[in-house]
Amino acid sequence: MNPSGRGGKKMGVWQVVNPRWEEVGLTEEEYKRIMEILGREPNDLELGMYGLMWSEHCSYKHSKLHLRLFPTEGECVLQGPGENAGVVDIGDGMAVAFRLESHNHPSAIEPYQGAATGIGGIVRDILTMGARPIALLDSLRFGKLDDERTRYLFGGVVSGISGYGNCLGLPTVGGEVYFDDCYRGNPLVNVMCIGLMEKGRIVKGRASGVGNAVMVVGAKTGRDGIHGASLLASREFDEKSEEMRPAVQVGDPFMEKLLVESCLELVETDWVVGVNDLGAAGLTSACSETAGRAGSGMEVDVALVPRREEGMTPYEVMLSESQERMLVIIKKGKEKEVEKTFSKWGLDSAVIGRVTGDGMLTILENGRQVASVPAASLSHQAPVYNRERRRPAYLDQITRLSVEDLPVPREAGEVLRRLLASPNLGSREWIWRQYDYMVRTNTVVYPGADAAVLRVKGTGKGLAVTTDGNSRYCYLDPRTGGAIAVAEAARNVVCTGAKPLAITNCLNFGNPERPEVLWQFREVIEGMSTAARALGTPVTGGNVSFYNETFGTAIYPTPVVGMLGLLKDISRRVTPGFKEVGDVIILLGETREELGGTEYLKVVHGIVGGRPPEMDLNLEVRVQKVCLEAMERGWVKSAHDVSDGGLAVALAECCFWAEPGAAGCEVTLETGIRPDAVLFGESQSRVILTVKEDDLSSLLAMARSMEVAAGVLGRVVDGRLSVGLVTTGGTGKKSTRRVLMDEPTQELYKIWRNALPEKMK
Amino acid sequence: MRFGVIVLPGSNCDVDCYHVVKEVLKEPVDYVWHQEDNLDRYDCIMIPGGFSYGDYLRVGAIAKFSPAVRAVEEFAARGKPVLGICNGFQILLEMGLLPGAMLHNESLEFRCEFVHLRVENNQTPFTKKYRKGQVIRVPIAHGEGNYYADEDTLARLEEGRQVVFRYSDPEGRLSPDSNPNGSVHHIAGICNEAGNILGMMPHPERCAEEILGSTDGRLVFESLRSWWEENGGVAGG
Repeated sequence: MNPSGRGGKKMGVWQVVNPRWEEVGLTEEEYKRIMEILGREPNDLELGMYGLMWSEHCSYKHSKLHLRLFPTEGECVLQGPGENAGVVDIGDGMAVAFRLESHNHPSAIEPYQGAATGIGGIVRDILTMGARPIALLDSLRFGKLDDERTRYLFGGVVSGISGYGNCLGLPTVGGEVYFDDCYRGNPLVNVMCIGLMEKGRIVKGRASGVGNAVMVVGAKTGRDGIHGASLLASREFDEKSEEMRPAVQVGDPFMEKLLVESCLELVETDWVVGVNDLGAAGLTSACSETAGRAGSGMEVDVALVPRREEGMTPYEVMLSESQERMLVIIKKGKEKEVEKTFSKWGLDSAVIGRVTGDGMLTILENGRQVASVPAASLSHQAPVYNRERRRPAYLDQITRLSVEDLPVPREAGEVLRRLLASPNLGSREWIWRQYDYMVRTNTVVYPGADAAVLRVKGTGKGLAVTTDGNSRYCYLDPRTGGAIAVAEAARNVVCTGAKPLAITNCLNFGNPERPEVLWQFREVIEGMSTAARALGTPVTGGNVSFYNETFGTAIYPTPVVGMLGLLKDISRRVTPGFKEVGDVIILLGETREELGGTEYLKVVHGIVGGRPPEMDLNLEVRVQKVCLEAMERGWVKSAHDVSDGGLAVALAECCFWAEPGAAGCEVTLETGIRPDAVLFGESQSRVILTVKEDDLSSLLAMARSMEVAAGVLGRVVDGRLSVGLVTTGGTGKKSTRRVLMDEPTQELYKIWRNALPEKMK
Repeated sequence: MRFGVIVLPGSNCDVDCYHVVKEVLKEPVDYVWHQEDNLDRYDCIMIPGGFSYGDYLRVGAIAKFSPAVRAVEEFAARGKPVLGICNGFQILLEMGLLPGAMLHNESLEFRCEFVHLRVENNQTPFTKKYRKGQVIRVPIAHGEGNYYADEDTLARLEEGRQVVFRYSDPEGRLSPDSNPNGSVHHIAGICNEAGNILGMMPHPERCAEEILGSTDGRLVFESLRSWWEENGGVAGG
């Protein structure tokens, strides 16, 4: 901080010193606006607070306008965007809070602590709503694993999630990971938490009621994480990024566990007015947001905040991002009881101030005023930008792909082996076996399936949860890619037998001040919104992470969708593995000649290009409806979404997850298109189902009545994955069956299972 | 048969132990706060899994000083059954109620997966409903479950038939691939000489219901009740 103000400082010669606003990451325009609000120059503390709260990370100033496109209302929505997490009604007087959030930049600098504190933050977001956190999911993106630093980052992030989540006693039940060069300098760590609560017990982050107590509970406040939000999260990476390491916080999962248990005891009482996480931007954010939401003011004395270190300035106390702390607003007179609750768990709690009626956030130090600004000006009146958007020029080049020029590989079995060995398609068990995915004994469908399923004890219901997002599609066509992310997440949930309810999301993009990035951002949101409307799954909240760039090169546009679905009867759940020899394998949906953006194109032909698969939302809705109805009638023995790697990879997965003695299939594909497109193309809205012979005709009739293509692929066998092709010409004449591949399941399984361990040796 | 589940700061599987006794075994059960030092009303004490006190120093090292855990010693001395699962096993080792110590898993990674166990001793209150040599499927979830003891201790354990469960393959063979953490003699669970204290790393409470993929752990709890009834207890009381 330069206390002398703007301009240069005289030291013999004139030396250039950054203007005040740049020190806190703001623009000159924004500084002028602060002066207008205050009617004077802000002091250093006030400017620091504006710097944090008006950072992109806290204010969403570049994204806000576009986020308004999302559909946010629906029958099940109890709390939409604007609070710490979304909440949906699941019946029986119960509700689920859920949210997805990024911790990208901290994880790029310090992978273990970055990922660990990412979990800490999202868990507290769920906790603030009054919900008991019950499960975690992680969506991760890294560079290619042949790079040593990438292996270090990947290993560190997985250990960080494992170390923090396991200690906290929260099962990590699902997620996804993809590897692509575009994430080499800027990996993505998106974490989702879901929580369960009684419907009538939603707590909000509001500081209302003049005279009510403002308390800090949990860990003590130290000097860690100062400027994490403004400088680390709201800037691109360059050679100075390594210096930002001290801005990454350090996590203490044991403290978080105590905080969870004590806060849940607290919200059972009638003393609580509001709760807010002390996360990014620390006390500055929590105080201004709770007061801003309630339209009230607040007076806090930093001298009353329990400290870990001596000699901290008001600036440091207000900006610290020390973890495992919460701000709670308590009814006047109940402070002693609250202290008792927390001391039972061995935690600090301290009254640091009171709710006021003047709309000002006033900061004192031992009774002396050190800052006073309108609370809502920090939290809700940050500037909102509608910057220029421009379609990137690369799209003209890259989407051109003449499939005719691509040779069809002779050995389809060999291609399948290569795809299964790709870290993007191989088994993720190496990751999730490091997570305790069973603790709390609710996990009924484990990681690895299309979606995880958790039982809701005492109700007979189940929750299906998944995360999804194919950034290569978004790079090639952000609008289609955005729609596919939502549609595929819904399809994953449907494959377990659950009805998709609502979504949360995390939007990871480059620098929004570049028109091309903002264009991608807008297009993705348009695509996601259209799909969310079509599928009836409103957006209940989420998170935006911009500035994911290294030396001026942005990551692929990467929206991650977190989807929540509800199984009315958990005994009707469906899993992807084949169940019994002789069962009939059916493909719902249409296979088109679509190779653009596929993993096959990348792995085998070394091309990232073409157009992503077409997304016909009307068809998608019908396919999902057929699936769910067939499941409700008890016809479906297994169901698996066809996605990355296409039909061949999906069939292989059904074999890998099969019941003992049913690990194979004999399939015949009848088609007029290229064999590689049939086997490895990624046409959307397709699901592999198996049924008993007896139920086949009913299922086919139902699909027909809903205008969904349903073809019999073959039968479940044991031990071999065998695929044959019958080509149909324009005249309808069929060729004889030609064997495309015939592979022992066990050999394929080994390749698939070793895909990640092989690289991480 | 009244069960007590000790709740330490950092206990995670307390809810799971409570659930299995209440909803599966359908016996009365209470949470026992770590400050509680009187365990008289209980017929069986469970020390659940988790990360007591964060386990930052050494697993179980701080938990052994809590009043409830100290009271376990006297409780066990009266011959009542004590079951320590995962972190509970680690705490029993730290207390010296069971011999040996835990090292980090050989892989140096936390490992959560279903493993196979061979029942070595079915003459304990915890295993009397299993067959000797029976192979069961039970999950593990730990980073420090690599059991170690010196040769003399191992000899005593083997001789006294104190090894209750061993990691094995589905056929009950002790192949190197079937040892998930590097434990000596494939040890997954041991009891004291008197047989009324059992420590085990695998989680029987996680596999006592059909919906969770295995019911093989249920017999641990049913064995306890059966043993208790034979020793004068009245079920459902």
